[in-house]
Amino acid sequence: MKKFTLFKHAIFVIGLLAFGASAYSQIEITNIQPVGPGLAKPIYLSMTGLTGEAAQVLQFDLYVQGFAFTNAEGAQFLISGSNNGNLQARVTDKYNKGTLVAKAYSGGSIRRQVHAFADDFVQAIGRKGIAQTKIAFRGDAGAESEIYIADFDGANAQAVTRDHSLVVAPCWVPGHLALFYTSYKLNHPDIFYHNLSTGERKTFARYGGSNLSPAVSPDGSKVAMILSKDGWTDLYVCNIDGSGLLRLTKSPQDESSPCWSPDSKWICYAAKDHERRTLSKIPATGGTARVIRTGGTGSPTEPDWSPDGKWIAFTTLYRDFQICVVPADGGEATVLVEGEDPSWAPNSRTLICTRRTAGRTVLSLLDVPTKQVKDISRFSGSSSQSQPSWAR
Amino acid sequence: MKLTKFTNLLVLGLVLTVAAVGCRKRPEDLSRIPGYKPMTEVAESTNSEYGLTNASGTESTNLGVAYAQSTNDFRTWPENREVFAAYTVHFAFDSSTVRKGEESKLASVADYMKKHAGDAVRVEGYCDERGTAEYNRALGERRALALREGLIHLGISQNMVETISYGFDRPLEPGHNEAAWSKNRRGEFILLTPPAKVAP
Repeated sequence: MKKFTLFKHAIFVIGLLAFGASAYSQIEITNIQPVGPGLAKPIYLSMTGLTGEAAQVLQFDLYVQGFAFTNAEGAQFLISGSNNGNLQARVTDKYNKGTLVAKAYSGGSIRRQVHAFADDFVQAIGRKGIAQTKIAFRGDAGAESEIYIADFDGANAQAVTRDHSLVVAPCWVPGHLALFYTSYKLNHPDIFYHNLSTGERKTFARYGGSNLSPAVSPDGSKVAMILSKDGWTDLYVCNIDGSGLLRLTKSPQDESSPCWSPDSKWICYAAKDHERRTLSKIPATGGTARVIRTGGTGSPTEPDWSPDGKWIAFTTLYRDFQICVVPADGGEATVLVEGEDPSWAPNSRTLICTRRTAGRTVLSLLDVPTKQVKDISRFSGSSSQSQPSWAR
Repeated sequence: MKLTKFTNLLVLGLVLTVAAVGCRKRPEDLSRIPGYKPMTEVAESTNSEYGLTNASGTESTNLGVAYAQSTNDFRTWPENREVFAAYTVHFAFDSSTVRKGEESKLASVADYMKKHAGDAVRVEGYCDERGTAEYNRALGERRALALREGLIHLGISQNMVETISYGFDRPLEPGHNEAAWSKNRRGEFILLTPPAKVAP
């Protein structure tokens, strides 16, 4: 009996090795274990030949996607290359000696070349790269705030508004170089649409009261927002051209921070259910709201639904702020790290969030499976950064 | 220690909230707020990669958005922050209910407004730093709305009361303790006078 079991295991291992040798993407299976958020081990890498900015950028890019650097003995993947002028880089798999990436990069800055290489590597092991993505965020200087956009690692930050007022809560139009946000420029919190390619912008919602927290649906057809024009703060949705405004909630309680399911059918938001704070979801065409259970945490706010549909990240309120994730259908939530206002990267594993520190706020990147976290330190133009939105 | 204090506050907030539920008005009874004209603008120069918009805006009506437009766009009305400075209303933690002890301030503002027909008032709602950004922005708006509703019940025209929420932005006190927080959880009244009335 015992012998037989052992034999079965031996066959399984041989099978796995043979399978692994035939396709690099399959090797990774050994690293994707059915463990909860925050419990996965990083994938270990070693790096030789890269120096200075190139080495720093690569380490940052891969750390926030669940990789960790060690020596050649401890690494699964070996990165070698040079960055004299342009970047040349190669990745080999230590276990089967196969080459995953071998490429010379040219054009753009060394930073851009390293980002491109990081994406090539991550894609070679079957994941979605994020090193060439953008973020939008609120940057504060004195009593004013403006909207900025930057590379996902904080480089090349640039203000896209100059309203000399409060401009807050940016949200990308999926797949477009365009934003929605709330600006107080016209003495009043109004929602603006801003096309970053042409520079054109227009008021999108200038209803009476406050026009807050815009969120564009993943299919780009609708915008959810919080309006108070009917005398209370409620959740509304309308078409992307501003037509067809529909009031989704009409409760004596409060709603805030809408976000969308990846299929654009549901809007998830922070709500109250019998005086208890919850996350809820409601059909975007109207209907009955359902509570999304976030077991083990209190007072959830600021939900963001992962692009793969599996998770909802959110902030818990009333303690120090903590970033949590819960399965999208509800269940037991996992508390990850200190922070607030999470926004998912297109890879559905990295989050960007805000962290309060010494009288200001900074943006922080979090790899959910491994719980590896890193603050973004380099920013110009603003003393405090918050309310990040990841372009996806 | 910090946690205990916090829990106390939480309990206090809960008690106040529960106490307020009975008298909280349902949204159906609330007064609508007129809106404003839409606006479009295009960057004067697009020499930057992202076309920074520093152009002055132009009023536009071709956006296909049906707004219940206000007869008064108060943007051009000079504001006076002094007149009602003594009547700033303070709120309990995480609450938008006007407390009994604060109601006389509402009455004072209403009295002034009745004696100065044609003037308008802007109610600005603010929060303390506890709570997340957009949650607080909605909470600040509910504080302003609660005060607006109070003024309307005291006989002020709903077309002459506008609301703004600043959330936890623009705190009065920069501290990170209850002394500062209690001052920052507030609703301010700002007198708005028609432009013509100001001319000597």
